[in-house]
Amino acid sequence: MSARITASVYTSHVPAIGAALDLGKTDEPYWRPLFAGYEDSKAWLADNTPDAIILVYNDHATAFSLEMIPTFAIGTAATFDVADEGWGPRPVPQVIGQPMLASHIAQSVIQQDFDLTIVNEMDVDHGLTVPLSLMCGQPDAWPCPIIPFAVNVVHYPVPSGRRCLNLGQAIRAAVESYDEDLNIQIWGTGGMSHQLQGPRAGLINSDFDQAFLDDLIASPSELADKPHVDYVREAGSEGIELVMWLIARGAMADLAGGRPPTVRHRFYHVPASNTAVGHLILEN
Amino acid sequence: MAIDKPYLDVPGTTVFDAEQSRRGYWLNQFCMSLMKAENRERFKSDEAAYLDEWAMTPEQKQAVLDRDMNRMISLGGNIYFLAKIGATDGLSFQQMAASMTGVSEEEYRDMMVAGGRSPDGNRYVSEWQDDGGAP
Repeated sequence: MSARITASVYTSHVPAIGAALDLGKTDEPYWRPLFAGYEDSKAWLADNTPDAIILVYNDHATAFSLEMIPTFAIGTAATFDVADEGWGPRPVPQVIGQPMLASHIAQSVIQQDFDLTIVNEMDVDHGLTVPLSLMCGQPDAWPCPIIPFAVNVVHYPVPSGRRCLNLGQAIRAAVESYDEDLNIQIWGTGGMSHQLQGPRAGLINSDFDQAFLDDLIASPSELADKPHVDYVREAGSEGIELVMWLIARGAMADLAGGRPPTVRHRFYHVPASNTAVGHLILEN
Repeated sequence: MAIDKPYLDVPGTTVFDAEQSRRGYWLNQFCMSLMKAENRERFKSDEAAYLDEWAMTPEQKQAVLDRDMNRMISLGGNIYFLAKIGATDGLSFQQMAASMTGVSEEEYRDMMVAGGRSPDGNRYVSEWQDDGGAP
């Protein structure tokens, strides 16, 4: 008996989506098509609630300032407070951790030669809470414990796609060596194409995004070779967040000799504020 | 060997690398301080005095006072840090982004609703030099 990864979920984590929810704007014409794309996903998660979610996201200068910048950081705390990013904290539930499993993953993944930073105290920002809001709506409590897994994609150098895919494989091995019958999901968040800065802000590349979704499903190992500059040039400076999707994808069974995943849901919408929103659910 | 920076050949874009980070260290750390409500209040009550508590250059302080986000970025600011200034002013990311593109908020929002800025003609610095450097 061991823990296993049953599914992976991929979604953008645009802060304006959280604001739209928090301010009751989801029925406005601008937002309705976006939230409609997650209705089936919310039902799916309610029917397939895991025992814990490993939630891969990036911290947006919230828990990590320029004082220290961990490339990969795993949250091993019992609870994580919702950050005040400057607008006041989002009115969403506190995040409950899974310290035992998180510590096991840290031990296993570090011994597989990935140097994770272990974080016992941190606030979590929209990168983590917006995906939960999209998939869960506005509950009084999140449906299961969450293991925050923060990736530096803000301060260069950022990890390569290959490193992220390989890390996902290591996380899978770690979960499968955990001696408890647990159903685990891994979520990869951020992206898709967007640029928030400079005169080129507002860049959207739907062709790139759709090809990325195709390749993430069917040929993740080839996708992992895409260089950073291609993301920046084609998907905007903040499109680099997409490398985090490769961590979740790397944890799927086919990259450990199993069967290809089933595509349970695929959605794409432009725009949410400055950003193209992509969303996938893959089941093992 | 120098650090390879292929991203310098992307127009209208500043990648936040080690050089930018060194240049903007205190500008960005000042921004982090605005995550506390009491600091936002102190900043709003006397911006210049609050900025003088930080080891920022005069150019960085002036760029903050002017809310010139492109200038702040050129002086080492990173958008996720600078967003704390926008948040203090009650601005959204979309309003901040629009302010950097030379068009009004309404025009920027309309561009996004229409599918955003195309990558065509916006991939290489040379593409902007050919038409005078404007997006």
